[in-house]
Amino acid sequence: MTLANSTTRLSYLQAIVEAQREEMRRDENVILMGEDIAVYGAQSLFDEFDASRLRNTPISENSFVGVGVGAALTGLRPIVDLTIASFCYLASDQLINQAAKLRFMTGGQLSVPLVVRTSTFYNNRTAAQHADRPYPLFMNTPGLKVLAPATASDAKGLLKAAVRDDDPVVIFEDINLWNKKEDVPVDADVLVPIGKAAVRREGNDVTIVSIAGCLPHAMKAADDLAGRGISAEVIDIRTIAPLDSTTILSSVAKTGRLVIADNSHRVGSVASEIAAVVCEEAFDALKRPVRRVTAPQVHVPYNGALEKGLFVTRDKIVAAVEKLN
Amino acid sequence: MALDREQQLEAFRRMLRIRLFEEALIAHNPVGHLSIGHEGAIVGACMALRDDDYVTGTHRSHGHPIGKGAEIGPLMAEIFGKRTGICKGLGGSMHLTDTKMGLICESAIVGGGFPLATGAGLSAQVRGTDQASLCFFGDGATNQGTFGESINMAAVWKLPVVYFCENNGYAVTTPVSMSHGQPDIARRADGFGIPGITVDGQDVEAVHAVTADAVMRARRGEGPTLIEARTYRFDEHSNRLAIPIEYRSQEEIDHYRNERDPVALYRAILIQRDLLADIEAIEAEVRETIDAAVTFAKESPEPETSDLWDNMYANPIGLDRAMEGQS
Repeated sequence: MTLANSTTRLSYLQAIVEAQREEMRRDENVILMGEDIAVYGAQSLFDEFDASRLRNTPISENSFVGVGVGAALTGLRPIVDLTIASFCYLASDQLINQAAKLRFMTGGQLSVPLVVRTSTFYNNRTAAQHADRPYPLFMNTPGLKVLAPATASDAKGLLKAAVRDDDPVVIFEDINLWNKKEDVPVDADVLVPIGKAAVRREGNDVTIVSIAGCLPHAMKAADDLAGRGISAEVIDIRTIAPLDSTTILSSVAKTGRLVIADNSHRVGSVASEIAAVVCEEAFDALKRPVRRVTAPQVHVPYNGALEKGLFVTRDKIVAAVEKLN
Repeated sequence: MALDREQQLEAFRRMLRIRLFEEALIAHNPVGHLSIGHEGAIVGACMALRDDDYVTGTHRSHGHPIGKGAEIGPLMAEIFGKRTGICKGLGGSMHLTDTKMGLICESAIVGGGFPLATGAGLSAQVRGTDQASLCFFGDGATNQGTFGESINMAAVWKLPVVYFCENNGYAVTTPVSMSHGQPDIARRADGFGIPGITVDGQDVEAVHAVTADAVMRARRGEGPTLIEARTYRFDEHSNRLAIPIEYRSQEEIDHYRNERDPVALYRAILIQRDLLADIEAIEAEVRETIDAAVTFAKESPEPETSDLWDNMYANPIGLDRAMEGQS
């Protein structure tokens, strides 16, 4: 018998595989499809499930995402693995023009219970066409829900919530977190609600909002700052769309200072949106200007040292907080 | 499998509904992309399907739901942009979708329907039903990547899909001869290892026969078929688009209107079969249906602003101020 609150130690990637296994067991309409899915963690699923529910697709990103949409419209709950997030651009017609709009354009006649999984491969020397973090593009698309888990438990719980959700959900996994282990709930019905941020650390002097793989850096930055007598509150937004602005605004009301850590490109980033929301809604609470720590507006180079320099680190977050004093 | 007498009359009824529906639109509220001239292809294909089979369509979207047997009033109200419209006034002329009749998408992105129809076929296969999925598209769409990508997937997985081309000869103003390396669209099937069939799209019974064969093949698990129905668009691509060039001759248009009108051709055939009295009854009935639909559409209320938000998400989690947009 499994205790309701028992856990098992899993990496972020193992947690994703577990989520898929549990949802495929629970609901026979859940299928998994994508390019070479066994390579990306699904090998053990082939041992358990009928091959008709596990589809290795041809290299046809736009169409196999669209096949997922068509299947979602007609009774299945597909998980489509787009493996590398830069491939989202190939599939963007089916994601943006079809998945996101079909419910609206049909006056609510249709639902699209589709999950698209995709991984941000940055910091892995994969160069410019394999290293994008394109979640702001999809935050700007009404009709989609966009998730960005930063822990193994959230990767599992959010993916499971996405599979059970009746709307199209794009989930951005961060490969820099793939091997990070955590105690993850065993109970197959533990979900992480879509649309709720997590306060990872409470503090009074500054709010650090963290997006996806920025979380470990934000937590280390908060440790550093504590050593200097600065009490930082760390919020992991977990869901990019819909954005939990309530949690962010109440934190800023308390701290009066805001730093946002986001590995997407600076212009039109998720950080930009959060900064705008806070400036509109909580300007009076701000004691200092909002600061964004993001990747700069350049492409990702092949050279590893150059690449590392682009992304959010503990030191960059600490430096941004120090500018607010 | 030939159409029986009742089905022949039903085919005529649906063709005439498309024709008079669109003539009413021209008279009352001219919009968008008309299917006049395509009725034989559309209805011939749809008559080969059951109510629970799936259909995806195109931006030329009026004919497909009518051909599949959808109720007319909500379709008319939709094109008038009214709240009683089948899509609550949010989809309109290019997205005239009635899911009760198995229509899952009318895509205004040319080629956008290929993956969706293919996915519906996958769904039927995985769920173990014998439903088929029929994908309408135009000749222009065959130059989109989704055409090859989707048909290839359906061929590999033997999905129950019928890819049905309404080849009217022109992508807006560009003729097939100037846009296709191989203008014989059905021959493209060979590249995917599936059957490709050409049929006269102005002959509703010929279209029905080849589509019925393809649908049965799909239901038997033998995979997809590509059908090319040669048809013709009597009106311009869109009556909202001023076409500044002459890209087809008046003789050509007159030939199709006068000699190759699928509604007139089928009417003549049914009269030869001694069905004149039935046809006249249907003509009166369809006129009445269309008139009633126009009245219903005109008298219907406009949509509310709240309808925008109510139709965005099935599970609207956290629809807060940041999502609603600010003034």
